[in-house]
Amino acid sequence: MQFLVITLRRCGLGLGLLLAVLVLNFLLMHLAPGDVADSIAQDAGGLDAEVMAQIRKDYGLDLPLWEQMLKYFYSVAQLDLGYSFYYNQPVTTLILEKLPATLLLIISAQVVSILVGVVLGVIAARKPNGVASHFVTILSLVGYAAPVFWTGIMLIILFASMIPLFPIGNMVDVSVERTGFAYMVDVLHHLVLPMLTLSSIFIALYSRLARASMLDVLGSDYVRTARAKGLSEFQVVFKHALRNALLPVVTTAGLVFSGIVSGAVLVETVFSWPGLGTLAVQAIVARDTPTILGILFFSSLVVVVANLLTDMLYRIIDPRIKTAETSEI
Amino acid sequence: MTPISTTLVTAYYDYQRTQAMGLTKQWVSALGAVLLALSAVSVQAETPKRGGTLVWSIGTTPRHLNPAVQSGIATGAPGAQLFATLVRFDDKWNARPYLAKSWQTSADGLAVTFNLVEGATFHDGTPITSKDVAFSIKTIKANHPFKTMFRAVSSVETPNPNTVVFKLSQPHPALMLALSSQLGSIIPEHIYGDGQDPKKHPRNSKDVVGSGPFKLVEFVRDQHIIMERYENFFIEGRPYLDKLVIRIIKDPSARSLGRENGEIHLSAFESTPQDILHSKNVPHLTATDQGYAAIGPITWLAFNTKKKPTSDKRVRQAIAYAVDRDFLVNAVMMGTSRPAYTGIHPDSIFHEPNVARYDLDIDKANAMLDEAGYARGADGMRFPLTVDFGWPSAKPMAEYMKPQLKKIGIDVTVRTSAGFPAWAKTVSTWDFDMTVDVVFNWGDPVIGVHRTYLCDNAKKGVIWSNTQQYCNPKVDAILAKAGQENDQQKRIALYSSAQKIIADDVPIYFIDTVPYHTIFNHTKVGNPPATIWGTCSPLDEVYLKN
Repeated sequence: MQFLVITLRRCGLGLGLLLAVLVLNFLLMHLAPGDVADSIAQDAGGLDAEVMAQIRKDYGLDLPLWEQMLKYFYSVAQLDLGYSFYYNQPVTTLILEKLPATLLLIISAQVVSILVGVVLGVIAARKPNGVASHFVTILSLVGYAAPVFWTGIMLIILFASMIPLFPIGNMVDVSVERTGFAYMVDVLHHLVLPMLTLSSIFIALYSRLARASMLDVLGSDYVRTARAKGLSEFQVVFKHALRNALLPVVTTAGLVFSGIVSGAVLVETVFSWPGLGTLAVQAIVARDTPTILGILFFSSLVVVVANLLTDMLYRIIDPRIKTAETSEI
Repeated sequence: MTPISTTLVTAYYDYQRTQAMGLTKQWVSALGAVLLALSAVSVQAETPKRGGTLVWSIGTTPRHLNPAVQSGIATGAPGAQLFATLVRFDDKWNARPYLAKSWQTSADGLAVTFNLVEGATFHDGTPITSKDVAFSIKTIKANHPFKTMFRAVSSVETPNPNTVVFKLSQPHPALMLALSSQLGSIIPEHIYGDGQDPKKHPRNSKDVVGSGPFKLVEFVRDQHIIMERYENFFIEGRPYLDKLVIRIIKDPSARSLGRENGEIHLSAFESTPQDILHSKNVPHLTATDQGYAAIGPITWLAFNTKKKPTSDKRVRQAIAYAVDRDFLVNAVMMGTSRPAYTGIHPDSIFHEPNVARYDLDIDKANAMLDEAGYARGADGMRFPLTVDFGWPSAKPMAEYMKPQLKKIGIDVTVRTSAGFPAWAKTVSTWDFDMTVDVVFNWGDPVIGVHRTYLCDNAKKGVIWSNTQQYCNPKVDAILAKAGQENDQQKRIALYSSAQKIIADDVPIYFIDTVPYHTIFNHTKVGNPPATIWGTCSPLDEVYLKN
């Protein structure tokens, strides 16, 4: 019961957050001068005065700002994200078209960086002053310091140009038609470089975290007890120590999820990955307000959902949390 | 470009590469290059090969694929493959038959009759008739942003399915360009005439039924446009290519690497100097700036001619003398662009090279400002000015103005805008002193050049109108006459005099051409597009070698 109440409360907070995101961004979008009619003029190489006026009228841009805002929120309340000014298509269609690619990229990057990060962290923590530990430290410093778009271009130069193992970008090789399994392999082949690029930062982060908390846990009494019981090293490290050491990693994974989503924007641009990031950049450049707000709505939703999932995951990994809540309420 | 000249270009670049090598290797490689060129000539003299998939990259996603209602190069390039036009242009500004096999203009210039090719069909097999042509022109006239293209067309008559008569309210020499690729696409009435708004028609991006050499297979936004040969295309044996794949890659360095590793055969509208220069060092690549004559992109510094002190012609001339065009072309653009002296692109037949050029002369500029009454103050400055720019690639030009104009006592502030729309708003509401800008000619001066100078086109809120608010009745009169002059020689003379007057008035200081280049893999691509519309014209003659 308490669990349900807490989940509901979290959902309520999430909804409030979504609304705040929309209002804030709606206002931000209108702070800068110029609108979508200007960007349509840019693509067209010039527009006649009458055409420009018609565009503004069609999209209601000639109305006062508060009226535009009310209209927008009225339609959002009815779960209609509106019509893209720039693409002349419903925003929901545009986003749903792009969402799978972005989800594939961010989820795979998240999974890979947690797995690799934790393993590296554990290896480093086992011998804090060993070669492996120093290697992990250097790797994480470099990974964390390098801008993600730079890493991306470097990986392209290395693995697409000098050693042509992977394609330079896009999601599928369109010069050959593929279906079924071959298509899946092709997508994975295209996914490798962008996924590695996006993971690079987070591998660094998770490996540092895992290393620190592993060191902490490995020195605690119950680990010594486990060792004294004569358990194998594997059992001590992975069954006893790691389960506790994972908690900070899971917390951070939830917290930085929004970072992954925004990192994806850059990675998608470098690799022409057809996700929400590419769409978002185009929409911001074009002042396509409904599309930007729609994307922000969806990405906030993804972050909120990810945080809710983190909360639940917590309860599975660490039963103590459940009891703490019960006694709190 | 003919196949032979392509080979020569190739040999030339081979030669250039040998220059970079050591002296010992030089002769051997030069000999090799000559032999290679000779063998290539004999190979290329053969008829173009049929078949293959051309991979072509572009940097922006088109809003949709229907050029009849959407202007711009993003839609124009794929649009020209999907949709045919009545005429097409060669590389020397001559109109050639396309959907129209012949045409006649009446003696008074007020009626132009086109005879259509027989047996031409849309991609769904429906015959292309004069009715479709009339419908297309009506649609373009109502929806296309360039109103000057067909404003003079009062009606389009269809006496029989293969004859179209354009009735004009005044002689309209721009008609032929308006009916060529990129501008005058012929669209099927049975698809787009269903009463829906053609600008938002669902068939603009999906299941496009066109009239051109290639038909649409798939368009995935931000990813690719795939087209395949239309087997019943009205020109026998064309196109040569089986398939045309346009990859949409926004990052210029990714495109550059793709060309280098062979993933991309051809890229158009490449304008990053570094990438252009780099491609010249890659053995299998050729970079050419041919194919942009009609687009006619020019970078310039525009003045607000209604705001002090740039309202004073002497001030504008002094600034013109102070700016070093050669430095901008050779250092900032690294020699990839060409100097521009007028608002008409140097590759246009209407370009007049002999105008006031304002070659660098700081002393003269200072003297002119002294004479105009703008004495230097205690700090050595005469007056402050702002300079705007609307997109990142224009930034170096705007920044250059600050130290350079300081030399003549002008205190320049560089203003950065939050993207193109913000810049457009600032400039089009005349809230600026100077701005760096890029404007396209769009083929005929009536379409893309007149708009910059006509007194009555100073329309507040409209970017790329006469935002300088320049007004010279003499220029107005000449442009009006040139817009109706069917004799090409007389027309050239009229534009020549207009360009001279404008150069003297300097509402705009012209800097250089935008260094658009087509970069292609010359070991793969035969007959690279080199007409005045470049890749925005049908690529039915392009073929893949081996």
